[in-house]
Amino acid sequence: MKTTKEISLGDIAARSEELRGENMTLNMGPSHPATHGVLRLSLELDGDKVIKCDPVIGYLHRGDEKIAENMTYNQFVPYTDRLDYLAPLANNVAYAIAVEKLAGLKMPERCEAIRVACCEMARISSHLLGLGVYAMDTGAWTVFMYTFNEREKLYTLFEELTGARFTTSYTRIGGLTRDLPEGWLQRVETFCDGVLKTIDEVDRLLTRNGIFLERTEGIAPISKELALAYGLTGPNLRASGVAFDLRKDKPYSGYEKYEFDIPVGTKGDCFDRYLVRMEEVRQSVRILRQVIKTMPGGAWYAEDAKKIFLPPKAKIMTKMEELIQNFMLVTEGPQIPAGEIYFEAENPKGSLGFYVVSNGGGVPYRLRIHGPSFVSLSILPAIVPGNFLTDITSILGSLDFVMGECDR
Amino acid sequence: MDVLALTQKFPQTQNCAGQDMPTFAVNSAELADIVKYLRDEQGFDLLADLCGMDWKDRTPNLGVVVHLLSTKNREYVRLHAACVDDSVPTVSAIHPGANWHEREAYDMFGIKFIGHPDPRRILMWDAYPYHPLRKDFPLAGIEVPFPAADVAAVTGQTVEPAPMMGGPFVSSGGHMSGAEPQALDQSWNEEKPKS
Repeated sequence: MKTTKEISLGDIAARSEELRGENMTLNMGPSHPATHGVLRLSLELDGDKVIKCDPVIGYLHRGDEKIAENMTYNQFVPYTDRLDYLAPLANNVAYAIAVEKLAGLKMPERCEAIRVACCEMARISSHLLGLGVYAMDTGAWTVFMYTFNEREKLYTLFEELTGARFTTSYTRIGGLTRDLPEGWLQRVETFCDGVLKTIDEVDRLLTRNGIFLERTEGIAPISKELALAYGLTGPNLRASGVAFDLRKDKPYSGYEKYEFDIPVGTKGDCFDRYLVRMEEVRQSVRILRQVIKTMPGGAWYAEDAKKIFLPPKAKIMTKMEELIQNFMLVTEGPQIPAGEIYFEAENPKGSLGFYVVSNGGGVPYRLRIHGPSFVSLSILPAIVPGNFLTDITSILGSLDFVMGECDR
Repeated sequence: MDVLALTQKFPQTQNCAGQDMPTFAVNSAELADIVKYLRDEQGFDLLADLCGMDWKDRTPNLGVVVHLLSTKNREYVRLHAACVDDSVPTVSAIHPGANWHEREAYDMFGIKFIGHPDPRRILMWDAYPYHPLRKDFPLAGIEVPFPAADVAAVTGQTVEPAPMMGGPFVSSGGHMSGAEPQALDQSWNEEKPKS
């Protein structure tokens, strides 16, 4: 006689306690391609399922805040390059604006416009890398090649502007290191055309890609409430449906003059975070085009900031007063009045905050750096458990963090 | 924000007239209650930042600075709380994001957060004996045992202070003094070799 037995998942589920093995502890990182730097995740696994995730950070801690207390304001600019080292220009600008606010300086329009261009190019650069490695982590190699091609062009533009491709150190308290080079804006315009084509290409490669959708859609959704409770900022907050962007809500450096939209997600899952970044690149191009069209003339540094910004080189060589001023500024640093200020700028990864406390003089009493990547990683213990081990690469890629800023 | 409502509800709160945002010195025992009140009643729904401070000349010298942001009203508020016996109540039950910030403040300043769910170090390793952002901690660092004991047992390695010769060069601070700039940390320089 033939006997049949219907197999269903329910049978296994009913025996789950009996079939359950030991939990396994697994260290992912500190050196792992998907942890984008030296991050270690201490995971507790039940088979392939994560039941606990404890991020271990600090491998890249250099004590930037302590170092800042021991050097003049301008000497610290190169250290800001090394926070979010994928968007050093945006860090330079955020730091300079924070200290200038404390000094009560008003920047001329040209300086502000150049800084906006810097910030948006940094955003494009950071998002291109973020999207490229995100795609690579989920198994799509080609996108990385396309986005890095565009980043290479960006680096050439940065080199022309600042003299360095990677660690730009472009801003100074009270201005910039130099004015725009001849014809640079036209070359940025050409870049803008190219990057839009690349983004469209990435769009066609990924947005309807079955594998990519499978690996990102519905993975690790962050609700509005959770995002706010953990203090997420930037694209990660907006992907969760909170329409908050410091460029619109707390405009700085003349952002109120430019027209752009804030992309906002609905579900806050890994796919939404991807979509938000894609649209932000397009909006950044939109801002860049407006900056190029309306670039004001005039001074590119605060001319009235005698005790803060270096006098022009030609005058240092020919005039006694400027020579003394230059000497004092280089040896003692820009003179910033006593007080405290907290300034946040909308950086590619989220709000980069500087809390500067000054007792007067050329050295900050305390310089606190609030890095958005630190915050983005702090949410991992809340969103990773319940997902599979393979989802972690998608989650990390979608949060787009950088350890230089997290560990400082 | 409604300053009057805050100071009426928490009478020990002092308005410090901050230059960039409303700033209050709060009684540290009330810190968590004030943060909760500001979140629930005044819309400060996002913890922008929480950091430790070493005020050096004040007693007590340690304190906490909290920056809150209202995403709806687009405004910030700053709270200063002085530590009592190096501790303040945790706000991580109200803003879970404060968990890591408080761990960092403990790590860097030795501030204890009463009721914190996970009071471990975060940036330095667990056995590290000092709190490096305190003002009495030297920039170069202090020699401590190597974190990996098995490596240290074989190599005899320790974590050494950083060489300070050559910089960083700063003035002594304050108003333009006319003094020559010099390295702030003078425990080791050209005349005095490293002990």
